[in-house]
Amino acid sequence: MGPLWLLALIAGLSLFGFAIGRWKSVALAREGRQPMAARPAHYGSFVLVWTAIPAVIVLILLSIGRPYIADHAVRAHLPDNVLADETNLSLAIANVEQVANGLKTVTPDEMQNIKIGVVTARSVFAKHGVPLAGDVEPYQLAAAISLNAIRATLSDITDVTVSLVTALCLVFAFIRIKPRLRARTAVERVILVLLILASSVAVLTTIGIVLSMLFQALHFFSMVSPANFFLGTVWDPRFAAAGSQESGQFGFLPLAWGTLFISFFAMLVAVPVGLFSAIYMSEYASSRVRSVAKPLLEILAGIPTIVYGFFALTTVGPAIRDYVAVPFGLGTSGNNVITAGLVMGIMLIPYVSSLSDDIITAVPRALRDGSLGLGATRSETVKQVVLPAALPGIVGAILLAASRAIGETMIVVLAAGVAANMSLNPFTEMTTITVKIVNQLTGDLEFTSPQTLVAFALGITLFVATLALNVLALTIVRKYREQYE
Amino acid sequence: MTATLSHNTPEQALIVSHIDLGLQRRYRSERRFRAYGIAALTFGILCLVLLFSSIISRGYTAFEQTRITLKVDFDPAIVAPDGNRSAEAIMGGDAFRFDDLFSATVQKSLEISPDDEDGLYDALDLFSKGSSPMLRQMLAQDPALIGTTKDVEFYATGDVDSFVKGSIRADIPESQRNIKDKHIVLITKLKDSGALHLAFNTGLFTFGASTRPEVAGVGVAAIGSLYMMLVVLSLSLPLGVAGSIYLEEFAPKNRWTDLIEVNINNLAAVPSIVYGMLGLAVFINFAHLPRSASLVGGLVLTLTTLPTVIISTRAALKAVPPSIRDAGLGIGASKMQTVFHHVLPLAVPGILTGTIIGLAHALGETAPLLMIGMKAFVVDYPATPLDPATSLPTQIYMWATEPERAFIERTSAAIMVLLAFLLAMNSCAVLLRRMFERRW
Amino acid sequence: MSSSPAPFQTIRTPDASPRPTKIHADGVKVIYGTKQALHGVSIDIGEKSVTAFIGPSGCGKSTFLRCINRMNDTIVGARVEGKITLDGEDIYNTDLDVVELRARVGMVFQKPNPFPKSIFDNVAYGPRIHGLAKSKADLEEIVVTSLQKASLYNEVKDRLQEPGTGLSGGQQQRLCIARAIAVSPEVILMDEPCSALDPIATAKVEELIDELRTNYTIVIVTHSMQQAARVSQRTAFFHLGHLVEEGPTDHIFTNPLEQRTQDYITGRFG
Repeated sequence: MGPLWLLALIAGLSLFGFAIGRWKSVALAREGRQPMAARPAHYGSFVLVWTAIPAVIVLILLSIGRPYIADHAVRAHLPDNVLADETNLSLAIANVEQVANGLKTVTPDEMQNIKIGVVTARSVFAKHGVPLAGDVEPYQLAAAISLNAIRATLSDITDVTVSLVTALCLVFAFIRIKPRLRARTAVERVILVLLILASSVAVLTTIGIVLSMLFQALHFFSMVSPANFFLGTVWDPRFAAAGSQESGQFGFLPLAWGTLFISFFAMLVAVPVGLFSAIYMSEYASSRVRSVAKPLLEILAGIPTIVYGFFALTTVGPAIRDYVAVPFGLGTSGNNVITAGLVMGIMLIPYVSSLSDDIITAVPRALRDGSLGLGATRSETVKQVVLPAALPGIVGAILLAASRAIGETMIVVLAAGVAANMSLNPFTEMTTITVKIVNQLTGDLEFTSPQTLVAFALGITLFVATLALNVLALTIVRKYREQYE
Repeated sequence: MTATLSHNTPEQALIVSHIDLGLQRRYRSERRFRAYGIAALTFGILCLVLLFSSIISRGYTAFEQTRITLKVDFDPAIVAPDGNRSAEAIMGGDAFRFDDLFSATVQKSLEISPDDEDGLYDALDLFSKGSSPMLRQMLAQDPALIGTTKDVEFYATGDVDSFVKGSIRADIPESQRNIKDKHIVLITKLKDSGALHLAFNTGLFTFGASTRPEVAGVGVAAIGSLYMMLVVLSLSLPLGVAGSIYLEEFAPKNRWTDLIEVNINNLAAVPSIVYGMLGLAVFINFAHLPRSASLVGGLVLTLTTLPTVIISTRAALKAVPPSIRDAGLGIGASKMQTVFHHVLPLAVPGILTGTIIGLAHALGETAPLLMIGMKAFVVDYPATPLDPATSLPTQIYMWATEPERAFIERTSAAIMVLLAFLLAMNSCAVLLRRMFERRW
Repeated sequence: MSSSPAPFQTIRTPDASPRPTKIHADGVKVIYGTKQALHGVSIDIGEKSVTAFIGPSGCGKSTFLRCINRMNDTIVGARVEGKITLDGEDIYNTDLDVVELRARVGMVFQKPNPFPKSIFDNVAYGPRIHGLAKSKADLEEIVVTSLQKASLYNEVKDRLQEPGTGLSGGQQQRLCIARAIAVSPEVILMDEPCSALDPIATAKVEELIDELRTNYTIVIVTHSMQQAARVSQRTAFFHLGHLVEEGPTDHIFTNPLEQRTQDYITGRFG
């Protein structure tokens, strides 16, 4: 039985439990010897949660544990020389896996033939549509057979255990139904635990991000020293050739420079445009203009970044190249910092404007009235009273936008280029942290080579940088809001 | 007389106020400031217009496609030389016989002399390389066609398509275009005979990835996206709502919940590519789920969407006035009953709106999907969420880097399809908000 | 169909020795969207005196006050009809500059609303934007005099650079008065200036209002009849958007001519 069938079994038994639990409580109530502490549906739910939850937990635990036991079984069959070769171990295990898959398609007759060596396993497998990279070594065959056997056993064990646990819990919960049982409280306690678990998913995500990246990044730093990474000025990772220990240079600075340079141009566009739009909409525009302009700007925020990337690649990039860069002899590439920065800036306009708008509107009316009542003009009121009062919030909004800019991926992947330059000319091609993460993590992955692992070092750096910006910005904005609540 | 003195008596103050408040200068500055605001707003809206017009002007032509109708004579001597006309026999055996069938068809239709091999090859250049497999499929589905003649619509190549639509122009030097003069002669001939025509491009919505633009479509990618959205909806909605209910209604206000709050707000602003790396490290490298599967894509997008759902759900719960809770508790309902019977139903419109917006965001997300290998070359529809799949945005990404004119057109069209979905979802959200907007 | 109701008659009792008119209002109506808040108010306000507007909440007294320096302009959808003149000049005349008007007619609001700036900058704000000070020393002098006039100087002279929001409620309100005085207006409008203050702070502000009337025309909206009786020379009673009765304060409080005025000041409704 597969896990889906087991889940169906659990679900069926749980519903059955609900029915009989309810039925029993109704029957008890009819006897009327003691008043019931809860409604019949609560007793039904009581049986339901006690049937389903332990069974699901057992199923999950067993499913997590199974691959490890299987892996252990495979390793027991591998010869020492294969086990000793750390770098190719995962490959060897994958090969055994492949053979094991092939064996599942083989008929008993063919199996006999393979065992006595009349035909090669490879040719039999090919007939069944399972391609193999090379001939099957005897140890692989043995390992694969035992792998399949152990998997079958484990699957049976899971089926039996889960079914037993489900049934036992059902009976146990059913027996516990008494008039005095506070079924509602018991069920609600379980629901509360489920709610707490759901709320912890967000925390688990953060922990998952940090741990998974930290683990791989540390692996990377065991191959390339942090000093070479963080202070290196040359980015040239070469290719990850299987088994070759030659590694390129992983200088972080050109990527950091490209990221910051592009983000700077993006902010140069987004901050004034976003801020002035927000001021105009909150202080000047009639409600009709506002009701049209605000959603229009918000459309910009809803457009996927890949669309901006395509826009940069096909429209903005060539335009800047043909009308600005080439005529002034500044560069020849359609991929450049200006294009990426400009388009990213357009993308960020709504972030800056809607956040600033909220913040400006949060400035109490009394302050505006105070200034207007003294005979200040609108712009004087905005510049000297509203903006200074809203400044912390606006700074927060700008920091949030900056955090988006440095983490933005698709626009730079399509518009910034892949060459890691450190130049002051914004019409040259440059690259960013996110572009390199994409470059290093698409295609063939080797979780043992620095070429792949460097992406995680870049990733955790990016995460820490945006985390710092976000937390700073969120704290500022929060303090600001509390001030006016 | 100093300005201070003028302050002491209102009579003099009156004079001061009439003398000079620098009004002209101040109003100039006022007008300037206002103009900056209008300029900024106009710039933003102009960018939007430019973005849309550039995509629409590039993409609208992709909804039509050049087809060439030829009369095919399904000669049994060519397609079934051994006399076996079963579907299996057609799909088996030598594939070249269908190339022969197609060549014969082209030769006959364009009246090319049998000796003119170059002429035949030039003519074949106009047709999609998928033409003869298409004939084979046709026969396999309906073997009764053998021995009959029938008008069949073939796809022209992407270059021919671009030429017919005018995006490859005849007036540039011949060496710089893929359509040579000899092709133009043939195209004109086919056009005049009425064989070559433009038709609605249904393939754009049904095909999968292909190296040949004329048979490339977003159908397969859309199914991948659909699977992912189903996964995201079925996970992030219950998880998000359950989590928010705890945080908003039950959690004690202490440093721990404070930390969760900051953490959730931060997660909403973490670059999406980081979630992709998490997915790669945890779901693929650690849990050994298959790469390129829409299940994994859905899981990753669930994590990116969850903060949005939680934030909007909490806002919706917060908007339910405390009096409702008091009323529930006051008649002896438990806290849990009050929340699930009274508070949650009132918050449903807000929750749904937030969820739809979160889904729309997830639908356009590209970077995390690249991390988990969802830029595979997928030709066939994925049958289950565990099959290799691709998604609308990653399909757009793959096409965006193709240099051919016909692909640029299709990329823009794919973007228009994606934007249409997003528009529909966001309109739903707005409608929901309008319909159920409630003032307490 | 226009069967307009009978014209509303305001009962007026003139002063024994009338002061020159500073502000004259004639048939002022205010409509917020579709809701009419004022139904034609006419009144003369004498210069260098305190005029109090009283009446139950929602009676239109604050609305009328905000018309006098056109603060209603800042409310979207508000429409003002009728005529208000300041020294004979129509303030709703399109030629008249609203900035100049507000420099002449200052306003103090219900809740103290100091800017989140230093005490000094709060008071200096008006003179700065209007360019009233020729030099830094000038500006300092204006600030100091204004604070003195607002009876706040002695309390804050050592901490002029500290934020104005750090003062107590009563001090904040006097700071707002100082801020209004610093522009040297001719009229000061006060919209329930003491409603957010404790009794001691209220007493100080009332004392201040009494002092200020030697130099300024003051119009004050108040909820408290005692306050109106204490600080004002003339009182106007508003009810449901109408000006019901106006006259010398002692007359209104001791011998009101209208039944509704009597009911209100004796506390039958409010």
